[in-house]
Amino acid sequence: MDIAKLTIEGIRAGLKAKQFTAREVCEAALGFAGAENPKTNAYLLLSAERARAAADAVDAKLARGEDAGALAGVPVAVKDVIVTKGVRTTCGSRMLENFVPPYDATAVQRLEAAGGVIIGKANCDEFAMGSSNENSAYGPVRNPVDLERVPGGSSGGSAAVVAQGTAVVSLGSDTGGSIRQPASFCGVVGVTPTYGRVSRYGLVAFASSLDHIGPFGRNVKDAATLLEVIAGRDEMDATSAFAPVPRYGEAMTGDVRGMKIGLPKEYFAGLASETGDLIMRGVEALKKLGCEVREVSLPATEWAISCYYIICTAEASSNLARYDGVKYTMRSADAKTLADMYRNTRGDGFGAECKRRIMLGTYVLSHGYYDAYYLKAQRVRSLISQDFQKAFGEVDALITPVSPFPAFKLGEKLDDPLAMYLSDIYTITGDLAGIPCMSVPCGATAAGLPVGMQILTNHFQEGPMFRLAEAFERAGGVAGA
Amino acid sequence: MSSTELMVPAEVFATYEPVIGLEVHVQLGTNTKIYCGCPTGFGAPPNTNVCPVCLGMPGALPVLNRSVVEYAVKAGLALNCTVRNESIFARKNYFYPDLPKGYQISQYDRPVAEHGFIDIFVNETHKRIGVTRAHLEDDAGKSIHDGYRDSDLYTYVDLNRTGTPLIEIVSEPDIRNSDEAYAYLTELKQLMQFIGVSECDMEKGQLRCDANVSVRKRGAEKFGTKAEVKNVNSFRFVKLALDYEIQRQIALIESGGKVVQETRLYSPDTGETYSMRSKEAAHDYRYFPEPDLLPLRISDKWLGEIRSTMPELPPAKRARFVEQYGIREYDAQVLTLTREMSEYFEKAAEVSGDARTAANWVMGDLAGALKAEGKEITESPVTAEKLGELVALIKKGEISGKLAKEIFPKMWSTGDGAAAIMDREGLRQISDTSALDAIVDEVLAKNPAQVEQYKGGKTTVIGFLVGQVMKASRGQANPQMVNELLKKKLD
Repeated sequence: MDIAKLTIEGIRAGLKAKQFTAREVCEAALGFAGAENPKTNAYLLLSAERARAAADAVDAKLARGEDAGALAGVPVAVKDVIVTKGVRTTCGSRMLENFVPPYDATAVQRLEAAGGVIIGKANCDEFAMGSSNENSAYGPVRNPVDLERVPGGSSGGSAAVVAQGTAVVSLGSDTGGSIRQPASFCGVVGVTPTYGRVSRYGLVAFASSLDHIGPFGRNVKDAATLLEVIAGRDEMDATSAFAPVPRYGEAMTGDVRGMKIGLPKEYFAGLASETGDLIMRGVEALKKLGCEVREVSLPATEWAISCYYIICTAEASSNLARYDGVKYTMRSADAKTLADMYRNTRGDGFGAECKRRIMLGTYVLSHGYYDAYYLKAQRVRSLISQDFQKAFGEVDALITPVSPFPAFKLGEKLDDPLAMYLSDIYTITGDLAGIPCMSVPCGATAAGLPVGMQILTNHFQEGPMFRLAEAFERAGGVAGA
Repeated sequence: MSSTELMVPAEVFATYEPVIGLEVHVQLGTNTKIYCGCPTGFGAPPNTNVCPVCLGMPGALPVLNRSVVEYAVKAGLALNCTVRNESIFARKNYFYPDLPKGYQISQYDRPVAEHGFIDIFVNETHKRIGVTRAHLEDDAGKSIHDGYRDSDLYTYVDLNRTGTPLIEIVSEPDIRNSDEAYAYLTELKQLMQFIGVSECDMEKGQLRCDANVSVRKRGAEKFGTKAEVKNVNSFRFVKLALDYEIQRQIALIESGGKVVQETRLYSPDTGETYSMRSKEAAHDYRYFPEPDLLPLRISDKWLGEIRSTMPELPPAKRARFVEQYGIREYDAQVLTLTREMSEYFEKAAEVSGDARTAANWVMGDLAGALKAEGKEITESPVTAEKLGELVALIKKGEISGKLAKEIFPKMWSTGDGAAAIMDREGLRQISDTSALDAIVDEVLAKNPAQVEQYKGGKTTVIGFLVGQVMKASRGQANPQMVNELLKKKLD
């Protein structure tokens, strides 16, 4: 068993053939994670006890001849913004350094019910705010492909553990690109499903109308399988969708002949770079598979960044109000008054990026500014959605880059928040529209840095998205061009 | 300034017009909280009726309770509001230790109900007070500042109440004096109790009132600057607080000062209001639509279903009582004070066949007995049926009103019906002619002088003779029959 290369299918086959037990897979993953983690800092903690119990439960089921679930024995990492009962959940923040949740997120419950084995909690930018994983209070994550570089963010740890092989699949969260961008930087598959497809119950909120839980995998099928397990209506999340969850495996036929692909011109303008070249080679490969490619236009794109940073900061300023020193958070010791307790606790507990966003969000919601900022941003958001609806009237899927550039060096953009914000340019529109989108590996630069191709489809069209991604992967990615 | 001395002369006072709007929070009496399944009971040990949702745990999400919506719709209908087909929840952001999320999930520009009214009756005048809106929100917890050993060092937080459903009912600035405010609150409370959405027990915080007050010169169109008097915990104090605040503002303006927009609190001890925070320090609640909840959609069908469960409300009931039972408007008001009392009266009236007498009994002997023992009408040992039977006996002439008054306390203490008590105590009227014959003969024999007077033309003496018969029968003789028998024998 090569733990770093195992797939969900490989584990299922191995367990069936009694090549190994779930407990053995679990121990191998824990051991490998323990050994590798110092290089990347991708795990904040390993949940060995819980993992072993889950693995043993799978083995016991198998011994009784029962179905142990779609994820039986599969080592999974969970981003640390997703709560795990009895397992410390910090959100990458000093504020929650001692927070042990009393309940499990719905996605966590579901993946464990399907036999998944949670190996540990993955590092991330503080409260999922960041594009490089350098905003974690517990140190940055390093990209396993190149340890001098960032893994992307905010789900940097979740991408890194899958790339590194210390987990087979992982859960991340995406608000403006936090799954797809790290997937792209680390050379793995990352999926942001339709808004409402996966329950947000237990996902610590950053920007509620934009937050998604989604899977990472080393291949499309693994990511799709994890999504299928966690997706579906949840009574604990009023915004979760009633739409039935299809069997995504059935969609992945490898046959994409006649599929209509749109290239939004606004996403390719001025993209004269290695990244642009790789994406265009990927598009060539799709043409070879029989896809029809045409140019489309998403004219509202130019306002997307401003719109996104108004909505997400506004919601964040409210969502992060609960960290006040009264309850489960840290509490500043030297406060003499209530106001001091709030000020000192929040001053000490939050990092710079959180504070920046809380202040921006508080400002845009303030009396007299609401109409000019928040309300206008919501109108732009509608325009962005309308653009996509118009495009999906013509094509089945859109192809774009995930990021304008591959993984950058640690510290490179840390002092320039605006440059960091602009790196989200291609990913935030999908979140604003609530449509499914994903990053699938699309070759590497001359320096060996992975580049991801983004596929976007209409609401609840994860099936066609996976079919396209898997066909591309099956044909060898850019090598198929 | 003390609240007892008149701060401005009456003739100056009369040149001003107070403008008052009330904001009333009513706790809805659902079994579970508004956004989670925790029970809403009062008095549980601290922090026991809680879960990740109402504790505002990271990652927890609200889910709207269906019966809360139904209660709110009922309240909206009772307030003559338009119930919106679509209403929106909004976050109201502020920091407070007993507000675990750092925001309330309230409603802002699209509340569940709006554009209603409450009719009040003050000083023999009917007046309509507009209801701007009624919106849903979650209650906060409680900060406990004393009662613990180290309360001098710490404030404790109890989150049991967090997430209890509230509707906030906002009136138009139509109220012009404290009597109208008192009548509005009384009527509002009665409506909420009638439709069963809240017990409105102010001691348990189930009804809370804030008042916006300003004054302007009579005839002026523009409102004056208002002050908000918050958290006054009884209707009487609301009245006193308003009286004080109106005087204060007029006195301030008269002395060349200006009313500042601020939040004030009322002190029952001094009878005065005092400043809590000025507008500069006022909250900016940064309302925005709650992204965790979908818009609340109430279909016409659902609205119709809820409407069909609405009971007859006090204003309609009062009108019907006057019309149907021929009772006075004042009596109708008293009999519709609570739903239970109105139901009791109607049952008693039906059984008795004499609604006006039944009304007198409910408001008289029954109300007196209830008050004496501090009982609710639902706890009355004398049921509506039994009171109705008692009244029916009077109506049929089987007992005198006087005897009924003797029987009633026995019914009260035993819970038995009038008939059973009369049988047991031998209180049945003697309507048997042969039995009465003997008594009448005896009385006539004993009082020859009076018999002579009668025969001599002084027929009024018959009253004395009837009395003697009644006395001899220990009050049980049917007085009408006695009268007839006496006349027959004497004439």
